[in-house]
Amino acid sequence: MKMVSRALMGATALCAISGMALADGHATTITIATVNNGDMIRMQGYTDQFTEDTGISVEWVTLEENVLRQRVTTDITTNGGQFDIMTIGMYETPIWGANGWLVPLDGLSEEYNVDDILPAMAGGLSHDGTLYAAPFYGESSMVMYRTDLMEAAGLEMPDAPTWEFIAEAAAAMTDRENDVNGICLRGKPGWGEGGAFITAMSNSFGARWFDEDWNAQFDTEEWANTLNFYNDMMQASGPAGFATNGFTENLNLFNQGLCGMWIDATVAASFVTNPDDSEYADSVGFALAPDNGLGRRSNWLWAWALAIPAGTQQEEAAMTFLEWATSTDYIEMVAANEGWANVPPGARISLYENPDYQAVPFAQMTLDSILSADPNNPTVDPVPYVGVQFAAIPEFAGIATEVSQEFSAAYAGQQTIEEALATAQAITNEAMEAAGYR
Amino acid sequence: MARAVTNQRKALNTVIAWSIGFLIFFPILWTILTSFKTEADAIANPPIFLGFDWTLENYAEVMDRSNYARFLSNSILIAGGSTILGIIIAIPAAWSMAFVPSRRTKDILLWMLSTKMLPAVGVLYPIYLLCIQLGVLDNRFALVVILMLINLPIIVWMLYTYFREIPGEILEASRMDGASLKEEILYVLTPMAVPGIASTLLLNFILAWNEAFWTLNLTSVDAAPLTAFIASYSSPEGLFFAKLSAASTMAIAPILILGWFSQKQLVRGLTFGAVK
Repeated sequence: MKMVSRALMGATALCAISGMALADGHATTITIATVNNGDMIRMQGYTDQFTEDTGISVEWVTLEENVLRQRVTTDITTNGGQFDIMTIGMYETPIWGANGWLVPLDGLSEEYNVDDILPAMAGGLSHDGTLYAAPFYGESSMVMYRTDLMEAAGLEMPDAPTWEFIAEAAAAMTDRENDVNGICLRGKPGWGEGGAFITAMSNSFGARWFDEDWNAQFDTEEWANTLNFYNDMMQASGPAGFATNGFTENLNLFNQGLCGMWIDATVAASFVTNPDDSEYADSVGFALAPDNGLGRRSNWLWAWALAIPAGTQQEEAAMTFLEWATSTDYIEMVAANEGWANVPPGARISLYENPDYQAVPFAQMTLDSILSADPNNPTVDPVPYVGVQFAAIPEFAGIATEVSQEFSAAYAGQQTIEEALATAQAITNEAMEAAGYR
Repeated sequence: MARAVTNQRKALNTVIAWSIGFLIFFPILWTILTSFKTEADAIANPPIFLGFDWTLENYAEVMDRSNYARFLSNSILIAGGSTILGIIIAIPAAWSMAFVPSRRTKDILLWMLSTKMLPAVGVLYPIYLLCIQLGVLDNRFALVVILMLINLPIIVWMLYTYFREIPGEILEASRMDGASLKEEILYVLTPMAVPGIASTLLLNFILAWNEAFWTLNLTSVDAAPLTAFIASYSSPEGLFFAKLSAASTMAIAPILILGWFSQKQLVRGLTFGAVK
């Protein structure tokens, strides 16, 4: 009896809590699927302002990047109609635009000033010259380094270093006794994790994923040089277990003072210079991603952008939100409330012409990094695809995830670099044949 | 003759049991502790166990950002609904398999269990399309039905095992006393199997509460349960460990409390018939 009364009390309490959910009474509501990162969360905080201005209320579905990608892909390919705006990247936009799954953004208002979008971003978010997604923020990758450790090593970081210098500096900064690693890089499997890094790095070594007839190129000397250089440098100067490190793991290591250098997304600059997150925030310098003198650097290009799925019932309201969130007015509102270092970077030309923003320590290096990446000519030799750290074809995500798993296994010592490359070559050619490219 | 257990042995057993219990509970404890840290303390190296500046800031931010009550009510409705519906369907099924088995009963049981071996993603598109056609995407009732179907094999198997422990002669006697089939199941079988039914209920409620594939893929706003709430705090770019821990603690708290209050019933049911 005691048990039953306890259970009833518990059930009553839970039902009372469940009854607290309130219904929303706004006339027009749009649903937005987005990723959980600092700039997107900040945007959610200003939603009330948007609702007040327009009378349109907003429901947010925030998900981790990979879950979001699976979720919105399922919805758009089945015409599920769950979302009125989707947050997607440079990989999906041209493919989905070509398939007619997105509303073309050719009716943006004059005040929006579409010509103010950085050309590199607009190009990567277009198909056949039509813009299909508006960039909320853009990023490239660059070198972030500890100025105090670099000085102690007796070296000076050039603005545009070579891989040779990076390897030399990494060895000089490594202090195994104090757990300081000269360099931290992504090695984690996944096309958007270690796969993105090694593909961007391979561009600077003259490697490419495919030749002009879609034949895999992992059996070339350029790929062997890329992987051997990466692996040798990381074994000598990288952290233990680097084969499973991604963005977050390396950010933690860097903020704890355990990395001399870290090459990763430019968006990380605001994290590593934030005194609330790191006691080394005042000792961080920036440089362009390294090259090998072949005319291509090892930085990538990415944008998180807002797109409207074709078939939404709320196209007009969705367009209103898209213009509001990616406008210069939004940037100014964030700057006024939270400072220029916290505005979404990498999307607008005017932002980099603003003297207030030019005073932000990583602003110029971010712009230079973005401008030095060309998604239409990403490699030394010509390729049939668009994209710097990916090839914008539907099959790429699956293939690259498998290939990056092979590479990570080699970094972890489970197989040799040669074996990993041979398997990558076989996997890629087989998949491309099955997909009808060859 | 029963062997005498020395005090020393008892103490040793207690220490070992508490150590194993602590080891199993440690990840949950660490999550709870992290939820009270700042983001910088959450990633400190070496990790700080208790000597950090305790803060409720993460909980405040999570409550500010998310409609926790809506996620919680959806979890309760979906997990509770699917468990009750599953039990209603499974009791007659398990009764027939336990007391009037056919030559194929064992095959049917095995076939039911084999449906659990199919990777869920293999049927994502058919189920998604079905939900679109029926207009039940982001719908609580659809999730109740889907989660019930997913857990039904386990419910039937568990109840079948409990029912097998009940002597068939008791049911025969009730029949001889004029009980109908409905009365036999409702008034004779069910009361005798209460511990088994209770533990089945609890276990399936926990399974449905934690289900994170269908609940993430078939919901967006209206039907999103606590699994979606946690997923919204997971991020590959940024420092959100403390906030993620606060969200996780809030998501697991109701089920931890429920498990704590019903642990006696759960253990009794799970060990039902284990020792004769």
